[in-house]
Amino acid sequence: MSDTTTLQASLLDLIRRTSSDLPPDIRESLRKGREKESAGSRATLALDIIDCNIDEASEESAPICQDTGMIKFYVHHPVGYDTLDFEDAARAAVAEATEIGYLRKNSVDSITGKNTGNNLGPGTPLFHFQAWRNAEVDVRLVLKGGGCENVGAQYSLPMDLPEIDKKAGRDLEGVKLAILHAIWKAQGKGCSPGYIGVCVGGDRSSGLDVAKEQLLRVVGDTNPDPALTALEEECFRVANGLGVGPMGWGGDTTVLGVKIAARNRLPASFFVSVSYACWAHRRRGVLLDPATNEIRSWLYDTADQTLPH
Amino acid sequence: MAQVRITTPLDEAAVRSLKAGDEVLITGILYTGRDAVHKYLAGGGELPAGVDLSGGIIYHCGPVVVEREENGTRTFRVTAAGPTTSIREEPYQADIIAKFGVRGVIGKGGMGLKTLGACQEHGAVYLHAVGGAAQVYADAIKGVEGVYLEEFGSPEAIWVLRVEDFPAIVTMDSHGESLHEVIQADSLENLKAALAAA
Repeated sequence: MSDTTTLQASLLDLIRRTSSDLPPDIRESLRKGREKESAGSRATLALDIIDCNIDEASEESAPICQDTGMIKFYVHHPVGYDTLDFEDAARAAVAEATEIGYLRKNSVDSITGKNTGNNLGPGTPLFHFQAWRNAEVDVRLVLKGGGCENVGAQYSLPMDLPEIDKKAGRDLEGVKLAILHAIWKAQGKGCSPGYIGVCVGGDRSSGLDVAKEQLLRVVGDTNPDPALTALEEECFRVANGLGVGPMGWGGDTTVLGVKIAARNRLPASFFVSVSYACWAHRRRGVLLDPATNEIRSWLYDTADQTLPH
Repeated sequence: MAQVRITTPLDEAAVRSLKAGDEVLITGILYTGRDAVHKYLAGGGELPAGVDLSGGIIYHCGPVVVEREENGTRTFRVTAAGPTTSIREEPYQADIIAKFGVRGVIGKGGMGLKTLGACQEHGAVYLHAVGGAAQVYADAIKGVEGVYLEEFGSPEAIWVLRVEDFPAIVTMDSHGESLHEVIQADSLENLKAALAAA
């Protein structure tokens, strides 16, 4: 059995930093957006308030946003690593973080409406475990708020998109139409500028899971598939020309990045799943020593760090 | 974009002078209210003594409040206070504006035609705050003057907040103009043009 007390302490620190300290690639992307906006505009006002908020939250280890979101741990671990111990330690860390105030009481019984008060309950927090042949434990945490989760979308192609007088077919052009339609439809409601994860294919459930996993990627990485690189760049360019802007108040900064993955599908299905993260895209990660569960290093500390997997 | 300082309570003339797109800095009192409060008031619930919404501003917000008790006196400090999504109150907001003489509603994401109509008819505005900016807005709150309807739970109660220079944008004015509708329509044209050019 591994040392769960140390693991709990490591995960508590991961939660604290994720909730209060926005990663450098997202900050950099917001800064670049701010440079493009004209002085005295509503977009500039929104981005200045956002910038001020980011600095204050990290200085005080206070939540960037009071909706501290759905808590999801993505864990890559060596074969034989005890994931049940990990779950126990993570739940204890989540309850402790809620007590301290790094997390809001955010877990509500869907039938009775009762808040559990400690963020623990059926389905909260969420875990994704995957074994790998590395010696270290790679833990990534995403805190995703309800406002942006609500504007996510799934398209089953072919699909009529009457607002833009187009039919999204089962090809890359159709995928592009679906992604841009989702970004347009969201307007500022997901707290734009958003960070967009997309999955082409899969089934309904895996499609949305993989779309959300793309939010783990950093702004500056390059998609290994050149066709998807081109699609990411085009969606990014067109989305930022829509004029939606920060908070939907108008401007040139509507998205901070578009990250697309593909999964095989059944011949009869063709889903495009879109996961929308708000500007407060809270994701952090650590590499743990598998023997001691101490934090060896922090992931996402530089703006250009790519995923190891 | 005009920048306007407003102070509560607001009179009709001050509200009518605001236009969709203006930036406002609010000083005075805000009353928080979200789902439970709106449902309660629209359903005929009594406004607690001590809450005067006439000329007042409702803030769609469930603040994080730290409470202390010393010698039997409760004191409060707001540590996070960003806006929540407003559209959930669309079924109730128009009635509450009409019944209590509310002049301003602060939230995020905008509201629907029913609320826009009530703003026009009764002289009120919808003010959009920056979603997620919990710390900046907590800073603009200089004190907690009271709390009512605590039985709804802390985030759902009516918190009486004293604010200084609380920044927001008028996105729905009292003349039927909605910045949300304008941006949605313009961005659709931009999308169609981009797709036609591709």
